[in-house]
Amino acid sequence: MSSHYEAPIREPLVLGEKSYADISADVAAPVLGKANKSWWIVFTIALIAFLWGLGCIIYTVSTGIGVWGLNKTIGWAWDITNFVWWVGIGHAGTLISAVLLLFRQKWRMAVNRSAEAMTIFAVVQAGLFPIIHMGRPWLAYWVLPIPNQFGSLWVNFNSPLLWDVFAISTYLSISLVFWWTGLLPDFAMIRDKTESPFQKKIYGILSFGWSGRAKDWQRFEEVSLVLAGLATPLVLSVHTIVSFDFATSVVPGWHSTIYPPYFVAGAIFSGFAMVQTLLIIMRKVSHLESYITVLHIEYMNKVILLTGGIVTVAYGIEYFIGWYSGVPYENYTYLSFGAATGPYWWAFWALITCNFIVPLTLWVKKLRRNIMWTFLVALIINIGMWFERFDIIVVNMSKDRLTSSWTLFQPTFVDIGTFMGTIGFFFVLFLLYARTFPVIAQAEVKTILKTSGAGFKKLRADHGDNVSHVQHVEEYPAEAGPAANVEGKHFDSPFVNPTDEDLENSNVDFGQHQQKIDTLIATVGTFDPALQKQDNLKKINGVGPLMEQKLHQLGIFTFEQVSRMTDREYDLLDDIISEFPGRAKRDDWAGQALLLKNKK
Amino acid sequence: MAAKKIHAIYTDDDLLMQAVTQTRAANYHISEVFTPFPVHGLDHALGLAPTRLAITSFLYGLVGLAVAMLMMNYMMIDDWPQNIGGKPSFTFYQNMPTFIPIMFELTVFFAGHLMVITFYMRSKLWPFRKAENPDIRTTDAHFLMEVDADNHDIQKLSKFLYDTGASEISLIENDQEH
Repeated sequence: MSSHYEAPIREPLVLGEKSYADISADVAAPVLGKANKSWWIVFTIALIAFLWGLGCIIYTVSTGIGVWGLNKTIGWAWDITNFVWWVGIGHAGTLISAVLLLFRQKWRMAVNRSAEAMTIFAVVQAGLFPIIHMGRPWLAYWVLPIPNQFGSLWVNFNSPLLWDVFAISTYLSISLVFWWTGLLPDFAMIRDKTESPFQKKIYGILSFGWSGRAKDWQRFEEVSLVLAGLATPLVLSVHTIVSFDFATSVVPGWHSTIYPPYFVAGAIFSGFAMVQTLLIIMRKVSHLESYITVLHIEYMNKVILLTGGIVTVAYGIEYFIGWYSGVPYENYTYLSFGAATGPYWWAFWALITCNFIVPLTLWVKKLRRNIMWTFLVALIINIGMWFERFDIIVVNMSKDRLTSSWTLFQPTFVDIGTFMGTIGFFFVLFLLYARTFPVIAQAEVKTILKTSGAGFKKLRADHGDNVSHVQHVEEYPAEAGPAANVEGKHFDSPFVNPTDEDLENSNVDFGQHQQKIDTLIATVGTFDPALQKQDNLKKINGVGPLMEQKLHQLGIFTFEQVSRMTDREYDLLDDIISEFPGRAKRDDWAGQALLLKNKK
Repeated sequence: MAAKKIHAIYTDDDLLMQAVTQTRAANYHISEVFTPFPVHGLDHALGLAPTRLAITSFLYGLVGLAVAMLMMNYMMIDDWPQNIGGKPSFTFYQNMPTFIPIMFELTVFFAGHLMVITFYMRSKLWPFRKAENPDIRTTDAHFLMEVDADNHDIQKLSKFLYDTGASEISLIENDQEH
């Protein structure tokens, strides 16, 4: 079908000859399965870091900000560095899900869910810092313009710190609903796939009763598109507003109109580095190599290259303008005292090395497609982008206009512990997410399977563009759902008629045993697919897929029917199906079925 | 409400699209289609009216913008016209540049959230709501087309659906409440 045409030059985005059912199975596997040992080890480490950080936060809040390394000159250091770092990391998620949606980039499908999760969890970490760096965090609610008993004393809307409150809370909440709406069909898939009643209940609640109607999908796609259209300017505005914290000040080195786009580029740069770090591990651990391929990693590396290039140009412009402005303070900040040669020279050169020099290696295709190297570069960029924020904040403040207030900054263990704590908290959330959420937007990946799946691309390469893409995913007897009907015999049970074409391959000799089958069915009762739901007979100990199939052929579909069986019926069954004599009696199928029936 | 319906299950989206087109051409009424993922062009094939959610979003955005402007005008200009750092608080217009970030954020906030809430309301999605897909395989890899059978010869209709490529066809007598 020509609607599935895709230029042959494009590499497949889904490897292996996957069907729709394979995609659901692969995505659901980590959720339906159990956590392995390494998961528990990493989770424990993250949890310990989180608890340690929590201790540091409680210590700070109860003792005072003085336990941090801040001083009178440098009032912002690790707290706001970490805040900007975390917000920046969050930006890649929205970029992937929103901007790439607007540009119709199919490769986003496999990475958007995790990237958005990363956004949410990173913004949660970021959101901690504006609270805990307050001297009196219990009065934090005063930042909200709530009518009050102080003659209705309002907030000052001129402050970028207040804009931050609006920006971050809008960003977090919009990202959350965007993410959640996209999750509904995937939760519904897990709800309908799981065998555990507890999971069924939980995912039933989480999926909001998603049924996948045509109209729902139409609205779903419109909502996704509009949210993407809203989230794109949002993601640009949020980091712009964060950059205003510095750019609207009068501090030399901060007061710079290049900050908004430069911060946004830096955010995407660092965010993609974090996505790489997480996904390279996740694809391995969750066995999703067929969906998060080397091609995805290469595409993300290209975005890193682009944004890293923008950031580098911005560094250059900052230096140029520092010199070109003729303002001695600016000149001083950048050149003579210099970030590069002053007491923080190591932080500056860490920034240049990590953000400029190392990412340049990604221009080499071999390295760009090398997973180990990508992982390393991504880690280095994460470190480099932390130093970028540290340099901007601390270096520019440490030597300001008055020489009498020059000073240096030394972090305490509480500064460091709090940062470690947020990293721990982030991984706690991400690890829990990876075990309980469908980490790939399977519904979306299914929409690109026929254009970009390796199997379908091969099909077109071998047989031309007009080859049929129709696939048959599951043969009858299906495990669940109403019974099938075939031509000519539309609504009677097809199983009692030996001439039925479905039974041609059956081992059950209907002609010979028709009498016995009738007797058997007469006792246990007939199954009416229109009124009853069939049970999973394999739950009965001793019934395998083959036996279940045979029972289905005889017309036995429910626990109720099995529970009515007595010795006489067991014998009849043994006569009809001669392969497993005495099995049903030994395993007490009727007793088991009765329990299962009552448990339902 | 129709009492008799036929559920035809397809295993492929191309097959489903073709079946939907044929069924509509044969003047049978398709009451619902359940699919595991958005099948592009299905709404068009079914003749569904386009959704108006984008329009509501635009209107909600205007509401958000109005809320932001009225709020900041009242608080900063009317109620307490203070001098904070020499910012001109005489008229809204004079101090507007510093209001723009929040005007923007509230526009997005209202447009996004109210549209999503409208979507959940319209599509009847909320926690504890029971899923209504008649066959659990429709969230995985199967496609279900529900056709009204009240005024039709069941045998003929099912033969027709069988010919469109349905892998399973079943008659549903008592319709669930929607």
